[in-house]
Amino acid sequence: MSSVNYNVLGLIFASMHDSYVSELTKQRTMGSIPFGGRYRLIDFPLSNFVNSGVSEVGVITKSNYGSLLDHLGSGRDWDLARKKGGLHLLPPYSQTGGIYQGRLDALSNIWSFVEHSKAQYVILSNCDVVTTIDFNSVLRQHKETGADITLVYSKAFYDSEKNPSTTILQFGEDNRVNDVMVAPKISGECNQWLEMLIISKDFLKQIVSDAASRNIYSFTREILQNRNSDYKIMGYEHKEFFVRIDSVEGYFAANKMLLDSEKRNALFKNNMPVYTKVGDNGPAKYGLESNIKNSLIADGCIIEGTVENSVIFRGVRIGKDTVVRDSVIMQGTVIGSNCSITSIITDKNVEISDEKVLTGSETYPVYITKNGKI
Amino acid sequence: MYTKKKVVAMLLAGGQGSRLYALTKNVAKPAVPYGGKYRLIDFPLSNCTNSGIDTVGVLTQYQPLVLNEYIGNGQPWDLDKMNGGVHVLPPYESQAGASWYEGTANAIYQNMNFIRRYDPEYVVVLGGDHIYKMDYSKMVDFHIANDADCTISVIDVPLAEASRFGIMICDENKKVIDFVEKPKEPKSTLASMGIYVFSWKKLEKYLIENENDANEKRERGEKWSKDFGKDIITSMLRDKQRLFAYEFEGYWKDVGTLDSLWEANMDLLSPSVPLDLYDKSWKIYSRSSYMPPQYIGDNAQVENSMISEGSCVDGSVDFSILFAGVTVEKGATVNYSIIMPGTVIKAGAVIEYSIVGSDCVIEGGAHIGKRPEQVDNRDDWGIAVVGHNVTVSGGKSVEPKQIIGENI
Repeated sequence: MSSVNYNVLGLIFASMHDSYVSELTKQRTMGSIPFGGRYRLIDFPLSNFVNSGVSEVGVITKSNYGSLLDHLGSGRDWDLARKKGGLHLLPPYSQTGGIYQGRLDALSNIWSFVEHSKAQYVILSNCDVVTTIDFNSVLRQHKETGADITLVYSKAFYDSEKNPSTTILQFGEDNRVNDVMVAPKISGECNQWLEMLIISKDFLKQIVSDAASRNIYSFTREILQNRNSDYKIMGYEHKEFFVRIDSVEGYFAANKMLLDSEKRNALFKNNMPVYTKVGDNGPAKYGLESNIKNSLIADGCIIEGTVENSVIFRGVRIGKDTVVRDSVIMQGTVIGSNCSITSIITDKNVEISDEKVLTGSETYPVYITKNGKI
Repeated sequence: MYTKKKVVAMLLAGGQGSRLYALTKNVAKPAVPYGGKYRLIDFPLSNCTNSGIDTVGVLTQYQPLVLNEYIGNGQPWDLDKMNGGVHVLPPYESQAGASWYEGTANAIYQNMNFIRRYDPEYVVVLGGDHIYKMDYSKMVDFHIANDADCTISVIDVPLAEASRFGIMICDENKKVIDFVEKPKEPKSTLASMGIYVFSWKKLEKYLIENENDANEKRERGEKWSKDFGKDIITSMLRDKQRLFAYEFEGYWKDVGTLDSLWEANMDLLSPSVPLDLYDKSWKIYSRSSYMPPQYIGDNAQVENSMISEGSCVDGSVDFSILFAGVTVEKGATVNYSIIMPGTVIKAGAVIEYSIVGSDCVIEGGAHIGKRPEQVDNRDDWGIAVVGHNVTVSGGKSVEPKQIIGENI
């Protein structure tokens, strides 16, 4: 754990890549997608900041941000209800009117917030890459190399069919980024950008104002791709577990990855807790004939049936003689008795009455929308 | 600047809980864990919040470190208020000298200035060691409707158990005629729950009187005391003040002993016990542990149990309550037991009819507790208890009724 580092400002893009999981973001932002039994995706970047000592964080919203506001509140649950720094929700409006286009436009619109900060460095993060990272190491390397921009990346298997939102980095001999490709038609082990970067406030100001005057929006295209020979762009290799939420199937698989204790322990480290909105639920309660195997179960659930290979969110009810297999059951879902549920994602507060049989497939889970009744 | 409050609650949390032995060695009784994610004090604090009482003084004395840290600024119970909120009130030194709290009445007496700042009409006096859900505002309304000076919450207990309690004898209007502490031959089955509503001006008067009387008696070398039940209630009855009994219906459990603490936990697993921790309209709040959801493994067998976040179960758990961050390894067995936060039960360990404190390690081959039918003489049976931070090595056993506070 770090003490507070007032020299770094954190910025989170709550809505980046929303369109890749359009079912899940129909009524919410990427950042407010429920994940891992009790979290929302934004809990991971927020906790990374807090655990790295960054206590001034701006959240850049776009649209559909009602559930995000509800989740974040004053920021108290992340210890970010602060007089000095703290959590700031930044509205989406563009100076040119309407909603911003691209990261540079968004930054230009919120620049007065960044300007006001006393921080010397800015760390940008999305919500669609889930990982646990200590930004102090990234900052240390950024200072040592004298880079203009340091991009956080991981070496991992990439498949253009399955990872449509991935940006791939290539490095030259001096370890500078010399090529940046968005979703290239290749597969294999690649240097994948984790959508996080460190930049000095002064340099960011320069490129944001330059972009505004030239009416350009895309940070990836205009800066990372077009200017990598002008700017010193370096990579920081994050060697820990990460998972990218870039499709509904990917979301389903990412939840189920948490059933693997190695991955779970990489994400939930003892000294880097992942904070989230407190639910004040009772412990999970198991009934007389419950039978649970290889599952992640959150507080407030009452389970009387069988659950296998599944992630069950807070406050879910599963009735007698019901079997839930290979599924992701979000908060507040109520499943009656004698049901058979296989490879299903239920969004929040779904109701499934007695004796229903619902079956998806491992690669294509069936998704049931929020408040759906079956 | 303090704004006037209609009701201020004073929570007596200084109790040592000496009959909980190893579990209260380093923590005050109200901080004893209960029900998988709570501490005893969560119940009166949550009841206050749910009853609309937003100003609470918590009187601490015995081993206050854990309790103070747990209460903090009161945020988990919504008691972090600009005006009012929860305040921990330890004994302090004044110009007249320093003194420990010399009884429940004296504890309130020494903090009369805290109460006066809010100029309340009524003061609710609560204990920190009972499990129940109660709307104190209804009791205050009852107090007002009766134009009472003091209202005592009572519960109807079986006649056979009545001699364990302070018993109220009432007329048909629930006006208290007499009060007897632990009577040998009870004349009523209405037991005091240790929850009082006082009209503040009356309470203030009797606290000052009791303090002066007791101090004079002490100077004369006579027996003296400064307790609510023994002194304040008795004096008010003597003076023919208006005392009323407010009958509470619902689940109420005194967890004064290890057996009753175990039973109160087991009650949560019984469908016939009316204590619902999942009722959204009357939540019991607690300080969160920030752990991931619990993981139940491939080899686990989990039935009839309550398990909290951060736990990892790959063994067999039946009729048990596991707190946050408990590990039950493959091949370990936990039956009819309560396992407090952070404890690790290693493969091959057996735990039955036991309470195991927090951050313990129970090695493989250790055996804690026995089933009642395994004991020849039923009187020899009781739950086994392992205190906090204890390692029980492989091959060691803890017998029924045995209490372990050190590594074995």
